[in-house]
Amino acid sequence: MNENLAALIPEIALLGAAVIGLLAGSWLPRRRQWLVAVLAAAACATGLTATAVTMVTDREQTVFAAAFAVDAATDTGRLIVLVALLLIICMSVETVRRHKREAEYWVLLLMTGAGTLALTGANDLLMLFAAYLLASVPAYALAGFAKDAPGTEAALKYYLMGALLGITMLAGTALLYGAGHATHYSELAKTLPSAPYGLVAVGLVGVLAGLLFKIGAVPAHFWVPDVTDGAPAPVAAYVTTLPKVGGLIAGYRLLQQALADSDVNWPLLLAILAAVTMTLGNLAAFFQTSVKRLLAYSTISQVGYLLMALAVTTRSGTVQRSLLLYLAAYAVTNLGAFAVVATLPRARALTDYRGLARRRPDLAAVLVVCLLGLVGTPPTGVFLGKLEIFSATIDGGYTWLAALAVANTVASLFYYLRWLGPLFLTTGTAPTDTQTGPRRWSAATAHLAGTLSLTLGIAGQAVLTIAEGPLLP
Amino acid sequence: MLTVVTFLPLLVCAVLLLLPRTLPERAYVWVWITTAAVDLALVVGVWTGYDTDGGMQYEQRVRWIPSAGVGYHVGVDGLSLPLVALTCLLFLAVAVHSLRETRRVRSYVCLFLFLQTVSIGLFVALDLILFFVFFDLSIVGMFFVIAGWGHGERARAAALKFFLYTFVGSLALLLGFIGLYLAADPHTFDIVDLTRANPLAGRGLYAGLVLLAIGVGLAVKTPTVPFHTWLPPAHTDAPATGSAILAGVLLKMGTYGFVRIAMPLLPGSWRHYALVIVIVGAVSVVYGALVALAQTDFKRMIAYTSVNHMGYVVLAVGAAGTLAGSDAQARTLAVTGAVTQMVSHGLITAALFLLAGVLYDRGRTYTMDSYSGLAAHAPRFAAVTAVAAFASLGIPGFSGFIAEFQIFTGSLASHAIATAIAVTGILITAALFLTALRRMFLGTPRLPETIPTGIVRDLRKAEALSTVPLLAVALVIGIAPRWLLDVIEPASRTLTGLVAR
Repeated sequence: MNENLAALIPEIALLGAAVIGLLAGSWLPRRRQWLVAVLAAAACATGLTATAVTMVTDREQTVFAAAFAVDAATDTGRLIVLVALLLIICMSVETVRRHKREAEYWVLLLMTGAGTLALTGANDLLMLFAAYLLASVPAYALAGFAKDAPGTEAALKYYLMGALLGITMLAGTALLYGAGHATHYSELAKTLPSAPYGLVAVGLVGVLAGLLFKIGAVPAHFWVPDVTDGAPAPVAAYVTTLPKVGGLIAGYRLLQQALADSDVNWPLLLAILAAVTMTLGNLAAFFQTSVKRLLAYSTISQVGYLLMALAVTTRSGTVQRSLLLYLAAYAVTNLGAFAVVATLPRARALTDYRGLARRRPDLAAVLVVCLLGLVGTPPTGVFLGKLEIFSATIDGGYTWLAALAVANTVASLFYYLRWLGPLFLTTGTAPTDTQTGPRRWSAATAHLAGTLSLTLGIAGQAVLTIAEGPLLP
Repeated sequence: MLTVVTFLPLLVCAVLLLLPRTLPERAYVWVWITTAAVDLALVVGVWTGYDTDGGMQYEQRVRWIPSAGVGYHVGVDGLSLPLVALTCLLFLAVAVHSLRETRRVRSYVCLFLFLQTVSIGLFVALDLILFFVFFDLSIVGMFFVIAGWGHGERARAAALKFFLYTFVGSLALLLGFIGLYLAADPHTFDIVDLTRANPLAGRGLYAGLVLLAIGVGLAVKTPTVPFHTWLPPAHTDAPATGSAILAGVLLKMGTYGFVRIAMPLLPGSWRHYALVIVIVGAVSVVYGALVALAQTDFKRMIAYTSVNHMGYVVLAVGAAGTLAGSDAQARTLAVTGAVTQMVSHGLITAALFLLAGVLYDRGRTYTMDSYSGLAAHAPRFAAVTAVAAFASLGIPGFSGFIAEFQIFTGSLASHAIATAIAVTGILITAALFLTALRRMFLGTPRLPETIPTGIVRDLRKAEALSTVPLLAVALVIGIAPRWLLDVIEPASRTLTGLVAR
């Protein structure tokens, strides 16, 4: 049995840093707690280096009874997660600086990050559920980090839904185990086709329910707007970005590795879920006045587009690279928009952004790039991702879904423009935000994320190249 | 070479953004004028080095995103070169016209430099995704021009409508492109490769759907009836320079798409549905002209004549897809006429919109009834507008006549009835322009209440310099068109051959 711990350096680095950070944070004085943030960033950098080495030296393998696969999808997922985590750490600096629980914040972030990494590589139902818990539980605490009324409500809602759907997921796992007599994907792939149809179908729906909760898709999306609105901006950025990366890669691996030959019609189920998710997310976003709620619903609709890739997992050859490219582009673009929100903590409503182009042209430019990017305007990364996913969907025989996605894209333009429009107003400019200081770190994160979003559009070939490669059994 | 022509304005735009804001506002405009002039000079260089029978030239092909079948591929032929030259000329004219702009000049200049790169890039693009990138960015750029420098609150609504409508079109276009991409083996977005492969030959309904998606996408941009409703508000509320670029350059992107993408890449379906396209064209001609006749707003009237003029182009490209009853020569003539009409409409309508801007600058209103006897106050303005109006209604001696004559001759053989209906469009346009001229320039002098002094300043130097040369080029094409037609005709012949295969 392969028990090569070196294959798990990124996960171990994050968890190790979390433990050290927790211990160190207990003794460090409040003004020195930023050291834990440095530690967290160092852990991410270690993970990135280890992943790069794995990719360059072709050390793709499965470890621990093949419960964890380190292949092209995991590697790309790790890169996306770690870069996104670095961006989130940078944009959090001002929000938690000198906070009395600063060290705890970084520790929780590291742990949920490690859980997300585990989701991308999970090759076994039990591993998947363990990763689900590791990714979710610290996130509940993060949602309530501010300990104010909206934050507490958000955390409670998040926790209750997570607990309910976690149990559903566990029940689904049990049913699939009962049907296929195994929890490992490659064995399930052999046994499930001959298992009772109803058992497999119900079990799969149960497992998918947990994943749908993680990625915030309909019908498990109710927590998304409340958590996004109630939690501090960097946490909101986290819960709308990273769990989607982990959950979607995990879902892709599950469907591709365990259910490819099953006669359960899950492609149709996912296609319908995708259609409903993107449509409901868009409709709900239409008349939002709070920027964070608007972004929350926009992330729900984005999940709808991403689910299209899962629907055609086994029907098109380009799903893996299109899913990973879209995830990478979505992550940096969404984080860019949230970084702008984090830089302007007092601007909560769309009208507070009036005249931003004059006061902060740099932030306005980032918003233009990121919001038009989320629409899918070239040459941003999300455009390329959409192009790839639409192509894969049509290739997989779901032309109606692609057409619906196009219609939704047009509809989404409306509310993004509702936000962009006031930026360029010259009359009735909102008052300048002077009380919170310049917030250099968040602003720098916004610039970086906006640049990355554009770079991914122009040099998207890089992601497509590394995302290519078979899943390991 | 084409890459330099395309990205020079964007480069200058980036440099301007990096420079400190302390530069005087005039300096920005002068930098813009210099850039536009240099770009035009480069295009003239390209034109001189262009071999009229050489097919696609100045090609450049670089791998960009090979996994997705996307490449950076540019080149010009007889269909695109005239439009590239038109784009550069119009941007120079608009730059000169903008010398008096005072509102946020830095952003204004940067936005137009960006738009110039986007517009040239679209006409030289030989890859569907590259084409789409520029197509979409042109919408984004023009949205900000209309919303930022248009006429007040209404302009923002018009800009939103413009963005939503044309964005719908562009996404339909994208679906069509994906359809083409998936049908080709190996998958590619390269226009030249796809033209050679003709991947949808004999694919019946699938090919029809792809043509529908691409056709709708381009028809919104062109615009043809019934997708034209975004055009009048966008034009009415845009600044004069924005309108000139919108009508002169951006509308051509739709019709150029027909001759560059829809016809050569989907020849079978194009022939199959040619009748539909001809009907849409003929309806646009008559409908555009009739609605223009009913307008009281000078700028809105010009906007509707654009629908009319673009209708001729659609009629011609439809007729070029009808093999029955026509020979290759007639079809070539129709395509040549269509491309000539694009150039001609660009020149004349851009001039008309700039003149409408002068009118608004003096009287703060476009309503024709507010003015009367303007010729007495502003004889130069009246004269130039009259010349532009006559050119637009297709009087012999100007480029419009050459273009429309070729279109009608090329279409008559195969679609006699549609052509006959379309000819009435010329009659209506003549009527509406003459009525407008009579109302505004002749009669007893009367001015809107917004001019209490009773004095109307005649055409300024910059305003004359930006409109008269456009009309002069239209005149040159009208009198001695060979230099232009020699470039277009071989490309039209190739295109007709591709459609007929």
